[in-house]
Amino acid sequence: MPLGAYLTLAALVFAIGLFGVLTRRNAVGILLGIELMLNAVNINLVAFARFSGDLGGILFTLFTIAITVAEVAVGLAIVIVIFRVRRTVEADHLDLLRG
Amino acid sequence: MSMRAGSATVALVVLALPFASFLLLALVRPLRRSAVAAATVSITAMVAAVVAAFWLSWRATPLALLQSPSRTWSWIPADGGPMATVGVMVDGKSMAMCMLVTFVSLMVQLYSWAYLHDEPRRSLGRYYAYHSLFAFSMLGLVLAPTFLQMFVFWELVGLCSYLLIGYWYDRPAAARAAVKAFWITKLGDLGFVAGIVMLWAAAGTFDFWELFRLAHTNALPVAGMPLIMFLIYLGAVGKSAQFPLHVWLPDAMEGPTPVSALIHAATMVTAGVFLVNRAFPLFLLVPDVLTLIAWVGAFTALLAATMACVENDIKRVLAYSTVSQLGYMMAAAGAQAPDAGFAHLLTHGVFKALLFLGAGIVIHVFHTNDVFRMGGLRGQPWLWVPFVLATLALAGVPPLPGFFTKEAILGGVFEAHLMIPFVMLAVTAFLTAFYMFRVVFLAFFARGLGDSHAHHHVPPLMSGVCWTLAALSVATGVNLARQMLAGGHHEGAPAWLPAFSLGLAGAGIVLAWAMYQRGAIDPARVAAVLAPLDWAARRRYGIDAVFAALYRGALLGFSRAVGWVDRYVVDGLLNVFSAWTLRAGDRLRRLQTGLPQDYLYGVALGALLLFVLAQWRMK
Repeated sequence: MPLGAYLTLAALVFAIGLFGVLTRRNAVGILLGIELMLNAVNINLVAFARFSGDLGGILFTLFTIAITVAEVAVGLAIVIVIFRVRRTVEADHLDLLRG
Repeated sequence: MSMRAGSATVALVVLALPFASFLLLALVRPLRRSAVAAATVSITAMVAAVVAAFWLSWRATPLALLQSPSRTWSWIPADGGPMATVGVMVDGKSMAMCMLVTFVSLMVQLYSWAYLHDEPRRSLGRYYAYHSLFAFSMLGLVLAPTFLQMFVFWELVGLCSYLLIGYWYDRPAAARAAVKAFWITKLGDLGFVAGIVMLWAAAGTFDFWELFRLAHTNALPVAGMPLIMFLIYLGAVGKSAQFPLHVWLPDAMEGPTPVSALIHAATMVTAGVFLVNRAFPLFLLVPDVLTLIAWVGAFTALLAATMACVENDIKRVLAYSTVSQLGYMMAAAGAQAPDAGFAHLLTHGVFKALLFLGAGIVIHVFHTNDVFRMGGLRGQPWLWVPFVLATLALAGVPPLPGFFTKEAILGGVFEAHLMIPFVMLAVTAFLTAFYMFRVVFLAFFARGLGDSHAHHHVPPLMSGVCWTLAALSVATGVNLARQMLAGGHHEGAPAWLPAFSLGLAGAGIVLAWAMYQRGAIDPARVAAVLAPLDWAARRRYGIDAVFAALYRGALLGFSRAVGWVDRYVVDGLLNVFSAWTLRAGDRLRRLQTGLPQDYLYGVALGALLLFVLAQWRMK
C-alpha cells in the first residue's frame, strides 16, 4: 500500500479524535479524543519510518506511547478530582475561568 | 561700607541657630504645643544668634583687595565646574544686616511674649516657629553669595511673611491680606527669577563675586544688561513695596503688631533694598535703570506720604511711612549713593521696629487702631517717650539717626542732579514729619477720652523692649553725629542741606502741632482746600482698586479659562480614553467563556489558518 493510504488513515483518525474532543461533553470522552489524535500522529510516524527506512520514527513512537500513558494517568486523576469537588465531569459546567 | 570680612564659620552658626530652633519647634509636637517652652527655645536661639552676629562683626578682619568674602560649596555639579554653589558671603553689608535682623527679631520675639499673652497657648508655638523660620530665611538671604541661593531664601522670606500676616487665619481680612501679600510679591519675583536666569545665560554664573569681577572688567554683555537688571529690580519692587506693587504692605497690618514690626524693620521689605545694594556693582552698568529706580523710589516716597496723611489707623500710617522710607532708600541707590540708602535701611530698621512696638502699646491700652479714639497719655512719659524718640528719628531731627541718613540720601540725590526726585523727597520729608506728629499728637497728647489720668497697665516686657530700642536708636544717632562732626563724610553735598532738611522736619512738626494739638488750623478746612488730593489719597489713588480689578478680571478670568480647559479638555480626553478602555474590556471579557472546548475551537481554527497560510505561501 502506498504512503498516501497510511497518511489518509492517520488524517481520518486525527479528524475523528478532534471531532470527539470538540463535541464530547464528558471529560472522559474528551480524553479519549485526545488519545485518538495522538495515535493518528503515531501512525504517521510509523508510516514515514517504514517508507524512509529510518528507524527514528519508530523510536519516537515508543516515546510518544509512554508519554501518552502518563498523560492519560494524570488526565484521569484530574477528572476524578474534579468529580469529587464539583460532582460533575460535564465540560459545559466547568467554567471557573469565565471572564 | 568698609572692606572687612567675617568668619564663614561664625556666619554659619548665626544661620543655623534660628533654623535649629525652627526644626525643634516644627518637629517636636509637645514643644510646639506648650507656649512657654516654644518661646524659650526660640528666644534662646535668637539670643545666641545675636551674640554670634555681633561677634561676627567684632571679629571681622580687613579684606585684601580683590579677595572674595564668599565661601562656597558646590551645589549643582556639572561638567566644567559646579553650575551653582551655596555658601556664605560675609562682607560689611551682610554683617550689618545680620546684626539688624537678629537683634530686631529678638526684640520682637520678646515683645510678642507679652503682647500675645491672651492668645491660645497652643498656637503660640506655631507663632514662634514661624518667627524662627523668618529669621533664618532673612539671614540666609543677606548671607547669600549667589543669586540662586538668594532667590531660594527670598521666596522663603515671602512664605514666612505670608504665614505670619495670616497668623490669625480664621479672620477673613487676615487671610486675604496674607494672600494679597503673597500674590503681589510673587508678581515681582517673576521678574527676579527671569532676570537671574537671563543673567546666568549671559554670564554663566550666579556668584555675586564672580559677577562683580566680570562687571569690573567689562566682560558682561552690554546689550542685554538693562533688561536683565530691570527684571531683577522688579523683584525688589515687589518685596520693598515700590510703586505700583506697594499695595500689599498696608494690608499686611492684619497680622499681629509685632509681626508688622518685624516685616517693616528687619525682614521682608528690607530684602528688596538689600538686593539692590548687594547687586549694586551690576546696577552701575545700567545708568538708565538706576535713574528709573531713583524716580520710582522718590515717587513712591511722596505717594505713600500723602496717603499716610489721611489715614486714621495708626498701623496703616506706619505702614505708609515704611513704604515712603523704602522709597528713600531706593532713590538713594538710584542716585548712586547706595551707602546712604543702606545706612538709612539700618537706622530705619531700629526706629521703625520701635514705632510699631510703641504703636502696639497704645493699641494694647485702647484696644483700637483708630488714632482719633486714643489720647490722654501725656502724664505717662514711660509710654510715649520711646515712641516720640522714634518719631523724631523718622522725621529727621538731630541727633537721632534718621536725620543723618535721610540727609545723606537727599545729598546723594541732589548730587546726582535728579532735581525732580529731590523735590519729591524734600516734600516727603516735610510730610513725614507732619503725619508722624499728627499721630503723636492724636494718639498720645490729645485730650483723652475721659480717663486721661487713669494709669494704664502695660507689661514691663513691652515697655522694656521699647526703651532698649530707643536707647539703641539714640546711641546710633549720637555716634553718627560724632562721625559727622569729626569729618563730614558727604563732600559734594551743599552746605545748606542739613539746615534745609531740619527746616522741613520742623515745619512739618509745627504744622501738625498747629492742626492737631493747638487747634489753630482746622484740619477740615485744610482738607477742603486740598479737596481733590484729599479725595484721591483717601481712596489710595485707586491703585488698590486697579489691582482688585486686575485680580478679579484678569487673573480669576484666566484661572477660570484654564480650569475649564483642564476640566473638559485635559480631563475630558482622559475620561474618553478610560471610558473606551472600560467598554472594550467589557466586550472582550465575554470572549473568555472558561469552557475548555471553546478554547480548543480557537486552537483548531488557528492551526487550520496556519495550514492554509503555509499552503498559500508555498505556492
